[in-house]
Amino acid sequence: MLRLEGVVLAQGAFRLTAEWSVAAGERVAVIGPSGAGKSTLLLAVAGFLTPVQGRILWDGVDLAGLAPGERPVSMLFQDQNLFPHLTLAQNLGLGLSPRLRLFPADQARIEGALTRVGLAGLGSRRPADLSGGQQSRAALARALLRARPILLLDEPFAALGPALKAEMIALVDQIAGETGALVLMVTHDPSDARRFARQTVFVAEGCAAPPADTNALFSKPPLALSDYLGR
Amino acid sequence: MARSAGAISRAGAAVGAALGLLTLGTLGVVLARGGTASLGPADWAAVRFTVMQAAVSAVLSVGLAVPVARALARRQFPGRRLLISLMGAPFLLPVIVAILGLLAVFGRAGVLNDGLAALGLPPVSIYGLHGVVLAHVFFNLPLAVRMILSGWQGIPAERFRLAAALGFGPADIFRHLERPMLRAVLPGALVAVFLICLTSFAVALTLGGGPRATTVELAIYQALRFEFDLGRAAALAAVQFALCAVVVLVAGQIALPAGFGPGLDRRVERWDASSRGLRALDAGVIALVAAFLLVPLALVVLRGLPGLGALPDGLWAAATQSVIVALISTALCLAATLVLALAIVQGRGAGLLEAAAMLPLAASSLVLGTGLFLIVHPLLSPARLALPVTALVNAALALPFALRLILPSLRSIEAAHGRLADALGLVGMARLRWLVLPRLRPVLGFAAGVVAALSMGDLGVIALFAGEGGTTLPLLIQRLMGAYRMEAAASAALVLVGLSFGLFWLFDRGGRDAAA
Repeated sequence: MLRLEGVVLAQGAFRLTAEWSVAAGERVAVIGPSGAGKSTLLLAVAGFLTPVQGRILWDGVDLAGLAPGERPVSMLFQDQNLFPHLTLAQNLGLGLSPRLRLFPADQARIEGALTRVGLAGLGSRRPADLSGGQQSRAALARALLRARPILLLDEPFAALGPALKAEMIALVDQIAGETGALVLMVTHDPSDARRFARQTVFVAEGCAAPPADTNALFSKPPLALSDYLGR
Repeated sequence: MARSAGAISRAGAAVGAALGLLTLGTLGVVLARGGTASLGPADWAAVRFTVMQAAVSAVLSVGLAVPVARALARRQFPGRRLLISLMGAPFLLPVIVAILGLLAVFGRAGVLNDGLAALGLPPVSIYGLHGVVLAHVFFNLPLAVRMILSGWQGIPAERFRLAAALGFGPADIFRHLERPMLRAVLPGALVAVFLICLTSFAVALTLGGGPRATTVELAIYQALRFEFDLGRAAALAAVQFALCAVVVLVAGQIALPAGFGPGLDRRVERWDASSRGLRALDAGVIALVAAFLLVPLALVVLRGLPGLGALPDGLWAAATQSVIVALISTALCLAATLVLALAIVQGRGAGLLEAAAMLPLAASSLVLGTGLFLIVHPLLSPARLALPVTALVNAALALPFALRLILPSLRSIEAAHGRLADALGLVGMARLRWLVLPRLRPVLGFAAGVVAALSMGDLGVIALFAGEGGTTLPLLIQRLMGAYRMEAAASAALVLVGLSFGLFWLFDRGGRDAAA
């Protein structure tokens, strides 16, 4: 279970509070106006931003003091999810060993993960040789290899077209199902939330609200959400 | 992560402390030794001459650079890109080679005096103040042109378009666009050239000298080598350090314009300078500066080529030693710079480390050399340590330049990829190996090329320490010139230029090749 206990995040004059928990393996959409603090929330869970108050706990263990790489977290950023100077196989290998000390069994796992996301045989390519969709698949394959119990998606598919984006979200769903991961996915698009997430966190006016049932939330939105949705 | 961050901080602190020890520590030795010695009238004359020639050189270099930069900024012509690249070359050109070229034009048996003699006119002499200034302008005019040109290129193209739409003439453009830019750029260019000329040694050694044209650096050298007056040498070194420190502090208050780097050959459309008079003016300015830079170098090549078949004794030994010294000082300098840059980017104590990295700018080659000489001398013969000391001093002196190249790249690598690396737990050596070094490789290659070329061409501390053996190529050339073996010197100079630019090219290409 991921628990945010009296968490207050601050960046300059900006403040965001959160007080809720969510079960392991859950699918959660994070929605809200730009600048409301959706990314900030994810960055705090990932360990890039230290809360000024409160604690973030995973299965009862306080994550404070753990560096981003040591947390039970994989994160996909908006861009720069692959190192451009390394091959796909190396990029995936970093998910198994940050020193890239790979054994033959690891190579087989990398090839397996590439095959799983539809990139079989492309391990020796560099990111620049791939399309945007293929790059997203490679980043997801790395998350599959790392198999951390929390997967954070900070709009990594924002630059993809609608069909490709739907495909990626389906892939995320499958991969998270295989590793049993809790997924927090930032999105601007209510249909993404409906399609993917049983629960939704609405971030607005300095507060990340507790996760609510997605369908219930959108059928009877609170005022701030209906303002955001424009209806 | 915390553990490796600590390791980087400690390594950075160690490098900073080593730089402090090398500059301030040697200064302490110098002060302890020279604090009691008193300077004679000749020494104060050297101080006055140093400041005066540096001021004249700076004003002339920068003043002449303005029309050249303006012409390059507003004209398009074949070879423009090449000429602008060439303006970066004197920074890497061994000083002694340029002096040889200037002697071939302006020297006693140079082209100019041959011409004057043919016309029945009396010969001119290159030795003395005007020779020193001439050489300094030769080196620093191109540097100043590149600095000022980068200012011109910093004016957005849209401004010139707007100016054209408003019907501005050249005078209006100057008043509203160019004068504000020059006011921002010129002070930095003046201070940079002034500082370079303040620590000039090789030029003063070959073209100056005597009671009326001796710089402090040269006076230190003479006090140590010829009079063996350690106290006076130390006192002079203290004065020199004080002079440079004041200028470095002043420079710290002024933004120094960028002298090298890519992007200087960008094209900007200009509508204001199409009159025939202005075109002729710019063409004349460009032709003059190209001739001023190229003719001396062409003469070195012409005079050196015939002797390449029978190179002077000891040339290959000196060349080998030069290359070894350059490679060692490149390795030292880059390792130290990389550690410093990593520690600075990490943030802890960054201000202090950046200040430590600027210390070598205040310490000239001869000041460091004097301090090290005073330390070494009671223990063993300085000549035995000539090459290691030269490698060390060259590495320290090149470090500020290397850091200015590497630090911005490292910052942008961390900005683009740092988060992903953190998220994957890529820390310590793994981060260095899989992220920093591969991404930094082109810049490291370029920086290594610059450091190697600077070290190859250095004629400073080696002159202080060298005995009969243990010479480097620039010192050998200087000795050949001293013996009036100008043909042999020109041939050796060709070899030196080939090796310097060869090393630069190898490192630079090595860096770019594997970049994906």
